[in-house]
Amino acid sequence: MKIHSFLIKYGEIGLKGKNRYLFEDALVRQIRFALKDVDGEFDVHKASGRVYVDCTSEYDYDETVESLQRVFGIVGICPVVRVEDQGFEKLCEEVVSYMKEKYPEGNQTFKVEARRSKKSYPLNSMELNCELGGVILDAFPNMKVDVHHPQIKLNVEVREEIYLYSEIIPGPGGMPVGTNGKAELLLSGGIDSPVAGYMIAKRGVTLHATYFHAPPYTSERAKQKVVDLARILSRYTGPIQLHIVNFTDIQLYIYEKCPHDELTIIMRRYMMKIAEYFAKENGCLGLITGESIGQVASQTMQSLAVTNAVCTLPVYRPLIGMDKREIVDISEKIDTYETSILPFEDCCTIFVAKHPVTKPNLERIEISERNLSEKIDELMKTAIETAEVIKVK
Amino acid sequence: MEIYLDNSATTRCYKEVGELVYKVMCEDFGNPSSMHLKGVEAEHYIREAKETLAKIMKVNAKEILFTSGGTESDNMALIGCARANKRKGKHLITTSIEHSAVLNTMKYLEEEEGFEVTYLPVDKTGRIRMDDLKNALRPDTILVSIMYVNNEMGAVQPIEEASKIIKAYDSSILLHVDAVQGFGKYHIYPKRQGIDLMSVSGHKLHGPKGTGFLYINEKVKIKPIIFGGGQQRDLRSGTENTPGDAGIALAAKMTYDHLDEKIAKMRELKTYFIEGLLKIDNVVIHGLTDENSAPHIISAGFAGVRSEVLLHTLEEKQIYVSAGSACSSNHPAVSGTLREIGTPSEYLKSTIRFSMSEFTTKEEIDYTLDTLYNCIPMLRKFTRH
Repeated sequence: MKIHSFLIKYGEIGLKGKNRYLFEDALVRQIRFALKDVDGEFDVHKASGRVYVDCTSEYDYDETVESLQRVFGIVGICPVVRVEDQGFEKLCEEVVSYMKEKYPEGNQTFKVEARRSKKSYPLNSMELNCELGGVILDAFPNMKVDVHHPQIKLNVEVREEIYLYSEIIPGPGGMPVGTNGKAELLLSGGIDSPVAGYMIAKRGVTLHATYFHAPPYTSERAKQKVVDLARILSRYTGPIQLHIVNFTDIQLYIYEKCPHDELTIIMRRYMMKIAEYFAKENGCLGLITGESIGQVASQTMQSLAVTNAVCTLPVYRPLIGMDKREIVDISEKIDTYETSILPFEDCCTIFVAKHPVTKPNLERIEISERNLSEKIDELMKTAIETAEVIKVK
Repeated sequence: MEIYLDNSATTRCYKEVGELVYKVMCEDFGNPSSMHLKGVEAEHYIREAKETLAKIMKVNAKEILFTSGGTESDNMALIGCARANKRKGKHLITTSIEHSAVLNTMKYLEEEEGFEVTYLPVDKTGRIRMDDLKNALRPDTILVSIMYVNNEMGAVQPIEEASKIIKAYDSSILLHVDAVQGFGKYHIYPKRQGIDLMSVSGHKLHGPKGTGFLYINEKVKIKPIIFGGGQQRDLRSGTENTPGDAGIALAAKMTYDHLDEKIAKMRELKTYFIEGLLKIDNVVIHGLTDENSAPHIISAGFAGVRSEVLLHTLEEKQIYVSAGSACSSNHPAVSGTLREIGTPSEYLKSTIRFSMSEFTTKEEIDYTLDTLYNCIPMLRKFTRH
């Protein structure tokens, strides 16, 4: 069956008040971005409180649906058959042929739901429901009408053309990226941080990201892996600005000057500081991490508190209450898992102590950090200035 | 200056080889199976390639089977011979330090096809002991597979001696030699050295990737492992890789041109390099360093420095080397060969393989040594506890 358009259903946006158009415009923009690399040409537009994707050339159906399923804000995607208005009799034929092709078994329960935005149409909605229902019953002796819980809900919308659709393909939900400000994701090569970025972006937040690498302790491949992860994420979020910070000197300096079991926690505090610097520079309103309580030594409640203490922006931790299994499930769903588990060392593990502190005390950590006072500001400055910026899309 | 010391992983293709491959690919592109002139022309390249290789090894041209490389050659030799000779017996012998192309194929034959495999241990120089080989031979042994040069630390196996022992025990037992690291470094004459099958890869001798061959003595009973249109006397179906076959033959020819001089130069550099390396504290060279080791491979352990870190440090200076074995980057585990030769644990994860080619120069070795002198003390300061 040739599908001519997709009707995009959106949920929460519909609840917004006067700024509703902002959300709709963002949705249209994100849909256009998502369809950029799909074979085919599309006209994405708003019409009477709906968003439509009209297919204006030959196109790849599967690719189109997959791409739309990655656009936050979409709750449902309805493949639409458009027919010209050539009188009611012709419409009856079209409806029967639609049903025949879509439901060849012909034994389901159904309901017709007609709407008229073209008020000049000779039949009103109620009449359309009854008449078309009758036509279908005549054509399919084994179909039954069920107005409460139909297996098939056939929508018939009368506009300049007539739109027929009955299938709703679920979308990812959430809100269109670009409707809720920006935030800076601390992106490592692991499983968690891409998922954290995904979850915040799903609420309409534009992502920036910071990655810390430590050559020669981490490899070019480890960096490539993070760029690849950002690229996978960007299929959902749109372009991501990725800062790649060379963290080696800071790390070695901490290693030299501070107690070894506090290395990881102090390192993370400096990572947060640098990420926050980029966040503020780019107008981000918060930081995002993939932390979840108790997962590792640096993610105990005590450690989180000590890490958090260096930040002035809010730190969003969407995975905070999730188990590893649940996080893995999402990463598999969004396709980052395979890349995340590639075995390249990241900079958090290279000097990790056998028994890092699990219950750090903020005062003690701050005392240890005094040992860094001589050079740390300068090292931070260099790390920030020499950071590489990649626009990932 | 870019210094490529990873020639056991792969080599730069000779320019002449690249040009020949291009010509066969884009101009003389016929299918050797076609009946018309274009096909005959293509077939001619293959015949000539086989003759070139046959001449280098002093064998018959029809004893050469083109493959996609070392791994396929090893698979073909082991699986093809095991299946063809299983009525005589189901026992195979190999060494514990073979390349994974042999080890994993052996594992497959053990687990899936009911063969029994004996893995010979090696001494601390990385070589098998003749007594172990003697003791392993059985009436139902059908094939022994021994590599010529070990890819991780350059140990050279006593192939001729092994062959004599095998053939004295039972002349029908086949000897397969994985010569991927040995061909192009040694004059190898399979018939004189008692080798029945020998695997060679093109990209290790400045030829194209995706090329290789298996020498199969005409008396060997072997079955195909790839089926189809019956090319290469039914042993390896699939349209011949004419450009690649022509390419590997020219690469071999060029490699063997003035080989002795090239090897003498490599050996001199190797000795010089090792002397320089040993000036650094706590460095060991794995295996032998004299004439009994491969001329192009140096495996050195730097205590207290993780190989991956040293590798990336050298990379920053555009010096390219391997950690343990290049193939291990897909599975960053501790090197098998190093463990088998009894390397102390502090050197297991701190070993770098330097592998030279005929293009390696003294300047490059000097630069590499200087870089190591500078970075090793720095890296040793920061180690994981």
